[in-house]
Amino acid sequence: MSTVPGVVAINTFREAVRDRVLYNLIFFALMMIGASILVGEISIGISRLVIINLGLSAISIFGLVMAIFIGVGLVHKEIEKRTLYTLLSKPVKRWEFLVGKFGGLLLTLTLNTALMTLGLAAALYYVSGNFLRADFSILVAVYFILLELGLVTALALFFSCFSSPMLSTLFTLGIYVAGIFSADIRDIGMLTRSPAMEAAARAIYYLLPNFHNFNAITAAAHGDAIPVSLIWQNTAYAALYAALVLVAASAVFSGRNLK
Amino acid sequence: MGTPAIEIDGLTKDYTVGFWRKRKRRSLDNLTLQIQEGEAFGFLGPNGAGKTTTLKLLMSLIFPTAGTARVRGRSIDDVRMHREIGYLPEQPYFYDYLTARELLDYYARFFGYPAVERSQRVTRFLERVGLAEEGNVQLRKFSKGMMQRVGIAQAIVHDPQVIFLDEPMSGLDPVGRREVRDIILDLKRQGRTVFFSTHILSDAEMLCDRVAVLLGGKLQGVGAPGEIVSMQAYAMEIFFEMRDGRLLPSALAQHATKIGERFRVEVPEEQLYSALEQLRGCEARILSVAPLRPTLEDYFLKLVARDRASQHPAEPGDAQ
Repeated sequence: MSTVPGVVAINTFREAVRDRVLYNLIFFALMMIGASILVGEISIGISRLVIINLGLSAISIFGLVMAIFIGVGLVHKEIEKRTLYTLLSKPVKRWEFLVGKFGGLLLTLTLNTALMTLGLAAALYYVSGNFLRADFSILVAVYFILLELGLVTALALFFSCFSSPMLSTLFTLGIYVAGIFSADIRDIGMLTRSPAMEAAARAIYYLLPNFHNFNAITAAAHGDAIPVSLIWQNTAYAALYAALVLVAASAVFSGRNLK
Repeated sequence: MGTPAIEIDGLTKDYTVGFWRKRKRRSLDNLTLQIQEGEAFGFLGPNGAGKTTTLKLLMSLIFPTAGTARVRGRSIDDVRMHREIGYLPEQPYFYDYLTARELLDYYARFFGYPAVERSQRVTRFLERVGLAEEGNVQLRKFSKGMMQRVGIAQAIVHDPQVIFLDEPMSGLDPVGRREVRDIILDLKRQGRTVFFSTHILSDAEMLCDRVAVLLGGKLQGVGAPGEIVSMQAYAMEIFFEMRDGRLLPSALAQHATKIGERFRVEVPEEQLYSALEQLRGCEARILSVAPLRPTLEDYFLKLVARDRASQHPAEPGDAQ
């Protein structure tokens, strides 16, 4: 972590921790304890399903809120408070700053997700008294959530390079929602029977990040095995897409006048 | 003469203003300057003159419309140039969740020092700016003066050869200004090139080998403070006291100002001896006689007045 992006990343992580960003974990822990007690009353088979569904959905939503709201402020805050002026007077390239900021938030999100997963595991153990072999799918689902959060962070960072936090939030949220339904957009294009519309819908399908593929919550809740090929595909897809978004962000940010 | 520390060649910056009807506003106009190694160089001008724009261009925070600049032979686009410079922005603000020690350590990391050396440097530079006791205090608890000092510390923590300071004395109390002045003098003694912008002219006169005056984005003059304004006295100033019951000589009475028990009078140099004779004639006690020279401030104010007059020429009806 002695590289320039590494130094920036560590500081970004430190900022999140000192700004008490991880306080949401307390809320999550309380929610999981409450849910465990509540579903303890329900029959044993469904209680596992409910806990896993609730826990993974909460991990995903908490992570998304953090990725978007912190992500859109990463660059803006540094410009607004002029801390970036001093930083860029050091031997720091603009793309290194962006990659560092991305890495720092990803580190924060990873820690946050890991701690929430521990909370989920504790709740699951409280309800069923043991772990099953099929519960490994939960870890894969958590991994997919992290990949999704990485992509969302990259998008938030990209928009924050040229627009206000409010607009960046709207853009990122918009892309996220559209990305969940990207397959439906393609299907709608096919239903129109117009070659132009179909081509346009297909282009949008390929251009938008496909967030649908990262959702393995239902499979994990039902104890279904997640194919290894999907793990590789999702990993490669998220890494490539996030890298392209960061390259675009660097290109935009490198030419920006910091007035 | 070797490579200049700073070479600015035709640096120009236009901003686009307006939402619907976009138009260009020139913030810096064809600035050309050379600053030698070891010089303390003052960059003077009123607010909006283009001083901060110049510094931001040199730091590559904004990009020039035209022109180039080099620092110690390296283009300002070259990130390696940043290894040899330090920069204090105007009204600096730092990560307030960090302590002063953590902040300096953070910036020192970009220069690749090993941990032990970094720690020693941080301690040394905290002492140098008088913050040794406050090293472990979070910056959110720092006063403006302390923030300015930590700002200077971060600018010099890697021993740069060229230091850029944007309004380093602004908003400081007399003690703070004195401390910053001492730091600049210390850097100068070590042979560093110090380029600082200011509108506090007395500081520039005291610290600078040369100054440049900027107005409306245009360079108005550059040279030693003594060159830029004539050092020839334009009048003589006499302070004196009158003995009880004695009256002022009538020729001086209309020009003299009473300050407490003393009188002050300004006379042209050629009339000095005649004025002194008159004062001796009425047994006045001469306290001091000193030449009055134009200051950088006079020069500066004259330029501002000329600029304003050229922007708003007097209407024919104004005199009535």
